[in-house]
Amino acid sequence: MQRIINFILEYRNAFLYVVLTLISLIITVNSHSYHQSKYFNSAKWLTGSIYNVSNGIRSYFALRQENELLHQENEQLRLALFNLETSVSADTSDGTAKYTVTKAQVIKNSYATPRNYITIDKGSKDGITQDMGVITPLGILGIVENTSASYATVQSVLNTKSNINAKIKNTDHFGSLIWDAKRYNVVQLVDIPRSASLNVGDTITTGAMSSIFPENIPIGVIREYTLNQNQSSYTIAVSLFNDMTNIKNTYVVKNKDREEILELQKKTADVE
Amino acid sequence: MLSSPIAINIFRFILLVLTQVLIFNQLNFFGFINPMVYVLFFYWYPVRNNRPLFLLVSFFLGFMIDLFSDTMALHAIAAITLAYARPVLMRFCFGANYDFQGFTFKSTTRLQRITLLLLLVLLQHVVFFTLEILSFSHILLILKKILFTGIATLVLCVLLSSLFAMEMD
Repeated sequence: MQRIINFILEYRNAFLYVVLTLISLIITVNSHSYHQSKYFNSAKWLTGSIYNVSNGIRSYFALRQENELLHQENEQLRLALFNLETSVSADTSDGTAKYTVTKAQVIKNSYATPRNYITIDKGSKDGITQDMGVITPLGILGIVENTSASYATVQSVLNTKSNINAKIKNTDHFGSLIWDAKRYNVVQLVDIPRSASLNVGDTITTGAMSSIFPENIPIGVIREYTLNQNQSSYTIAVSLFNDMTNIKNTYVVKNKDREEILELQKKTADVE
Repeated sequence: MLSSPIAINIFRFILLVLTQVLIFNQLNFFGFINPMVYVLFFYWYPVRNNRPLFLLVSFFLGFMIDLFSDTMALHAIAAITLAYARPVLMRFCFGANYDFQGFTFKSTTRLQRITLLLLLVLLQHVVFFTLEILSFSHILLILKKILFTGIATLVLCVLLSSLFAMEMD
């Protein structure tokens, strides 16, 4: 016994190193395969507040540009509103609206790693929960992964774990949107059947299969496409509409029917 | 107030974490280069130290940066590897001098110190990017990131270390 203790004491640094490495590896590998760690993420109070202060200073330098972008978006929305055939009332308080939208600002963005997360300045206090969709005026951004009281982390579309249902605009050929970690402006759409007719420049939008995003939110345009190895489906490179390097104002979308859809799907799966 | 080595190291710790996450992690030079200047912590940390404490402090340093950048514990692994390997790297760079009790940074040449920084940066980047991507099919991407980010980190570290050259003990 004495000799074992002596042995451990003699090599205590090596032991400490191995133990610390193991702890880190467990944290890392767990979140490689599954969700981002619930306890260690940048939505927490300390990290969130520091990013918020830094963002407060930083955002002053882009106010004019942001204003211009918001103005442009308003213009587009007005155009769509005036040309709608049926009139819509702006009042959504009667409970019939299927989606609710919450505005949020990006306080930390990243796009240079294989697993990118974005931090936004709205959290569970504002009704944000896991698995809500996040969009910008130009297109989709990602899915809410973790929340704290006032902040939330968003799994960006530029994340190798991201998998979003998408389709070719005006058709019903759908596939999965993934990312190969190579370029921050190009994502991949896989599993589009060979029978689909494709053209470079076609628009890709979110599909109806997702209970997270509304259908027809723009994603990007086809950059190039190839048949996959067994010649049965296409792998499409999609140029994103969003400039992922420059994102400030976002909207968090909540599908009010999501719980109902998930419950129904679970029931159906249980029966089989 | 800032005379005791403990205070200096705590101050340096906080400052390096903030500089890393608020400035260098958002640099995205050419779209992917984010220099990891916190490597300087391992260059500046006192040569004669309590090793278990050094390992724990390094773990904590890496983990703080991980929390901010949502990278799980990748920086933590890289940081403790650096802390563990530092005596070996120092002996390699400074030769027999390193084993003397009275060894200080002042007795080393500039080239030796840059070599030490180079080895620290290289080790840190190899560990970090290999674990970050964790896929052999992306080996070219890993090498590209190690090379370019490594060069950027080294240049910045050399500049910062000469800018803030201080009394080493």
